[in-house]
Amino acid sequence: MGVDIRVEGLNAWYGSTHTLKDVSLHIPANHVTALIGPSGCGKSTFVRCLNRMHETNPIARAEGTVRMGDLDIYKDATPVEIRRRVGMVFQRPNPFPTMSIYDNVASGLKLNGFRRKRILDEVVERSLRQAALWDEVKDDLKKKSGASISGGQQQRLCIARALAVDPEVLLMDEPASALDPVSTAKIEDLIFKLKSQYTIVIVTHNMQQAARVAEKTGFFLMGRLVEFDATTKIFTNPSDKRTEDYITGRFG
Amino acid sequence: MSMQQSSQPGSAPVRSQSLERMIRLRRSATNHLVTGVAIVSTIVVLTPLVAILGYLLLKGASSLNLAFFTRPPMPVGMPGGGMANAIAGSAAVLGLASLLGIPVGIGAGVYLAEYARGTRRGAIVRFTADVLNGVPSIVMGIVAYALLVAPEHHFSGMAGGVALAIMMVPTVARTTEEMLALVPNPVREAAFGLGIPKWRTVLSVSLRTASPGIITGCMLAFARVAGETAPLLFTAFGNQFWSFDLNQPIAALPLQIFVYAVSPYDEWHRLAWAGALVLMVMIMASVTLVRIFADRGVLKGGS
Repeated sequence: MGVDIRVEGLNAWYGSTHTLKDVSLHIPANHVTALIGPSGCGKSTFVRCLNRMHETNPIARAEGTVRMGDLDIYKDATPVEIRRRVGMVFQRPNPFPTMSIYDNVASGLKLNGFRRKRILDEVVERSLRQAALWDEVKDDLKKKSGASISGGQQQRLCIARALAVDPEVLLMDEPASALDPVSTAKIEDLIFKLKSQYTIVIVTHNMQQAARVAEKTGFFLMGRLVEFDATTKIFTNPSDKRTEDYITGRFG
Repeated sequence: MSMQQSSQPGSAPVRSQSLERMIRLRRSATNHLVTGVAIVSTIVVLTPLVAILGYLLLKGASSLNLAFFTRPPMPVGMPGGGMANAIAGSAAVLGLASLLGIPVGIGAGVYLAEYARGTRRGAIVRFTADVLNGVPSIVMGIVAYALLVAPEHHFSGMAGGVALAIMMVPTVARTTEEMLALVPNPVREAAFGLGIPKWRTVLSVSLRTASPGIITGCMLAFARVAGETAPLLFTAFGNQFWSFDLNQPIAALPLQIFVYAVSPYDEWHRLAWAGALVLMVMIMASVTLVRIFADRGVLKGGS
């Protein structure tokens, strides 16, 4: 089951660049939340702060509170513990090139020391089915490398890999922007199916995509969260002039 | 023609047909010239290699027989001597050098690429490795002599192995670093995103992804030190008899070749040629074997 995420006064920096300015919002559990905004507005930085991936860059820094359920992720846990509970899917499919499809999906468990083969088999099949990839790869699980399948399949493989560790939250940073329309539609279907079990946060450049998949939408501009509301409200009757300008295509 | 027709009146004058042809001729001449230079350079590089191997075969093959591979050297004038002890000694010293040098080199490369990228300390280590790479091999021998031979008061295979290991470290470290730098960062982030700790990511993701290049680097380092004579002169020292004790002087092919080649006896000269041939074939065979071994287990479509 998913958990809700409460963010209060989150600030983030890359070196001396202040990329995220005082962001506060409440992401509801078991819903899809979309984040939109022009390039460089801080939306990717924001999701990277939700699993403490931001701080893997040596010059990066973050301040503020992020609560997942009852857990303050910057105070009560290590980055490694947080990332086991928060799955992440990246803009470009990034399967492990030297691992088979099976090992890619099992990697989160295997590389954390889990070795029981029967359970691994089950988890791999379940995750690939959840990611709607099972039927396409079930005959090549251990024969083919994760890098040998098509881009759309690779991205679903990455989703399966993220799901295999049984996270509560799934972060998706422009998961379909490198894919063709057919693969994009498959990923969107998937998001729709997965939201009953996970809290999903998706960053997207594609406003139609946000409108299609998300219940809640946040609009970022120059490091600030300008508006955060129900998706229908954002797209039909935004309260902020800047949101309206952006969704009607007047800038960005 | 079409260009002339499509040009608007009053626009810049169109090139005449003969000029057009001359330009095309010059382009194709340049193309052929550069291709020719590339082919000639390749031949120039390959000729000595082929010539050396051919000459070794010519000079050495006739002295190869079973005794060469099964018996230690005999005194001058006695037939049936071989270099079996030197072959075994080389294998032992090189095995020890690889065992010591490769892990340290890979460790240093991992430090440079994964932990010290862009830091001052990393730059210092990198510079040191590059300097170490340029140190003459005889100096490595002196270092090993001072560290191991002088305090122990006797030559040893161990000291030879250490001297060669020190020579392997910078090559292995720098190739490891460069190969790890080629691993795309999103692949590392994928592992971090799954809650895999950094040390595990380095071992099972970064190193594994870079392994073909790292193996090549290790083989290059191995091949380079396998033929080294100078660092062994006052460490392993050489031995005319069977010995597997790494605490004692041990025979090695390059040393044996050196001793035989500078001797005044024709028979020993012939054995030296044979030894050189065997050394070269052994290096080529071990590099090829590792390649084949490493290529198995690579998945279809993987890197």
